[in-house]
Amino acid sequence: MIERRGFLGAAGALAAAPFLARPARAQGTALKIGMITTLSGPGGYLGQDIRDAFALALEMQGGRLGNTPVQLLVEDDALKPGQGKQIAERFMKNEKIKLLTGVVFSNVLGAVAPDVLDAGGIYVSPNASPSTFAGRECHRNFWSIAWQNDSLHESAGQAAVNLGYKKMFILAPNYQAGKDAITGFKRLYKGEIVGEVYTRLDQTDYAAEMAQIRAAQPDAVYQFHPGGLGIAFLKQYVQAGLSQSIPMVLAEPSMDATTLGAVGEAALGIHVTAHWNTDFPNEANKRFVSAFMAKYNRVPTYYAQHGYDTALAIGAALAGTGGKVDDTEAFRRAMLPAKFESTRGKFAFGPNQHPVQDWYLVRVERGADGKPALVTKGRVLENHGDAYAGQCRL
Amino acid sequence: MGLLLEQLLNGLQLGVMLFLLAAGLTLVFGIMGVINLAHGSLYMVGAFASAWVATKTGSALAALAAGLAAAALTGMAVELLVLRRLYARDHLDQVLATFGLILFFNQGMVLLFGRQPLFVEIPAALRGAVELAPGLPYPAYRLAIIAVGLLVAAGLYLLIQRTRTGMLVRAGATHREMVRALGVDIRLLYTLVFGLGALLAGLAGLMAGPIFSVQVGMGEQILIMTFVVVVIGGIGSVRGALAGAVLVGLVDTLLRAYLPAALRGVMQGPDADALAAGLASMGVYLLMAVVLLLRPRGLFPAHA
Repeated sequence: MIERRGFLGAAGALAAAPFLARPARAQGTALKIGMITTLSGPGGYLGQDIRDAFALALEMQGGRLGNTPVQLLVEDDALKPGQGKQIAERFMKNEKIKLLTGVVFSNVLGAVAPDVLDAGGIYVSPNASPSTFAGRECHRNFWSIAWQNDSLHESAGQAAVNLGYKKMFILAPNYQAGKDAITGFKRLYKGEIVGEVYTRLDQTDYAAEMAQIRAAQPDAVYQFHPGGLGIAFLKQYVQAGLSQSIPMVLAEPSMDATTLGAVGEAALGIHVTAHWNTDFPNEANKRFVSAFMAKYNRVPTYYAQHGYDTALAIGAALAGTGGKVDDTEAFRRAMLPAKFESTRGKFAFGPNQHPVQDWYLVRVERGADGKPALVTKGRVLENHGDAYAGQCRL
Repeated sequence: MGLLLEQLLNGLQLGVMLFLLAAGLTLVFGIMGVINLAHGSLYMVGAFASAWVATKTGSALAALAAGLAAAALTGMAVELLVLRRLYARDHLDQVLATFGLILFFNQGMVLLFGRQPLFVEIPAALRGAVELAPGLPYPAYRLAIIAVGLLVAAGLYLLIQRTRTGMLVRAGATHREMVRALGVDIRLLYTLVFGLGALLAGLAGLMAGPIFSVQVGMGEQILIMTFVVVVIGGIGSVRGALAGAVLVGLVDTLLRAYLPAALRGVMQGPDADALAAGLASMGVYLLMAVVLLLRPRGLFPAHA
């Protein structure tokens, strides 16, 4: 199976880059890939999943990606942009690393990616993909494997339309990603917004917002609260008795396998939009989910899927360049066709090197073991790129 | 009218939660002169211990006992092992050491429980809502928090104003050297006070478990608000902590609830929402600034 994938990747890259593709060969020294990710603090489980799944992909191919021996170096940015920047400099100067990945949070990416790109390095994003690198400032060496951040919320807006909700109440924390969430949601949502509330990023109690929601009587609520904020919000939503009368639509960062474990039964019936889910029936995904659960004994989150797909995408490009990353244009030609079996099924790069992919409606239902699980219900958006691709000239 | 009453209750409930944390913090600072940044860690220890025991045993009472015991014992251990060496040093050293404790406890929790937030259920008896007035349901659990908080406030009042230990605590807060000169075992008193503060933090933590997210770093989120409460109330004063906590809880909740609508009356929709969110976030800090302007030592200064 592994050989077949390596072969496919190599064959695809050969077709795309006939002049530069060399036969993949084992090298004396392994190619170093630098991973800067968030491993400590409340957001620590996100980086942990990215790292573990990337390492899993590496292990499943015998320590190689695209038949190139790879050494993965991981460092914790602690969700501090300054720290991420320092690690990036150390990786590039001391370790001579050209290929970097791993950042979870957009504010850290904002400090890391420009340094990497200016120094002529390549950055492959397994998660954070703010509008900065998708529009006019897009870059030939910046790749996103996850999504463009806005599409999370655009798909939720479309889902709210599809589900027939005429009046929505929307909430997000008062910071850049929260404002992007509100803007993204409103881009495709056509109904009436009866309430728009910005919460605080350090807020733990949402009782005041619950009372406002009850008073506004919307058809449904859309809220974007990543990590622990979302867990607290959901618990309090249920405790306020709102979950029976007012349904909720979420984007996937607000409801991953870990959040679900912490919220429990309270999440039943909630609609989520996602680009991937554990129950996708394609072979690549089955292989990934079973290997991940066998190795780490937990359900993979979206972040794990990102880490895994990022490793596969890099592998496909490496197979095309014969394991070389020094010639970034050759790497780009090998990367662009995205010749890897994505766990999400269809995957292509748009003109700004961000994904063009399908978005799905997922619902929290009781699984076979009686515990709440995320169950895929259907497609919301097909071949969806992002709103910024048009401004990108590459 | 119903909505206003609900928001007032919400504010009171947040205030009571802050009071449980602030009471311990203010006692420790007022009596021992120690700035304890790791107070939030004790809150986290209480929440984790009770969540873990609740999942293992399914018993709410066992979880309550475990949370209180874990927080109090951890607190006393910290006092014996670390803080005891810091009383004579200046505040900067204390801040540095207790900040180190935050890192230590956070990483310790990661090692013990992992990075995934824990799931905590509301005890069966407190699930659902109580109809306070027709058309005004209020979560029973939040009412219970208010009740527990007010009971603790009354208990602390009795303890501090009516018992011999309380007398020593009061004396320690105002005339530390004199208490020591009279031959009172001040070290034991310090350990007890710190244990009591930790116990209250643990109580807040375990009650927060079913509402907030039980995860590493949860203590730091609420610690800043707690410091605001302590400063507003007057450092070292439990009465001040109660007044400050309820004031901060009410101001924060009411601003979040009513400011957007008020501003929408005079401005465009999205701008009003964004500005209101900003102002509401600043609200409690503005309140602190005003209080400090008018009463530089807080509302109820202990060292008057």
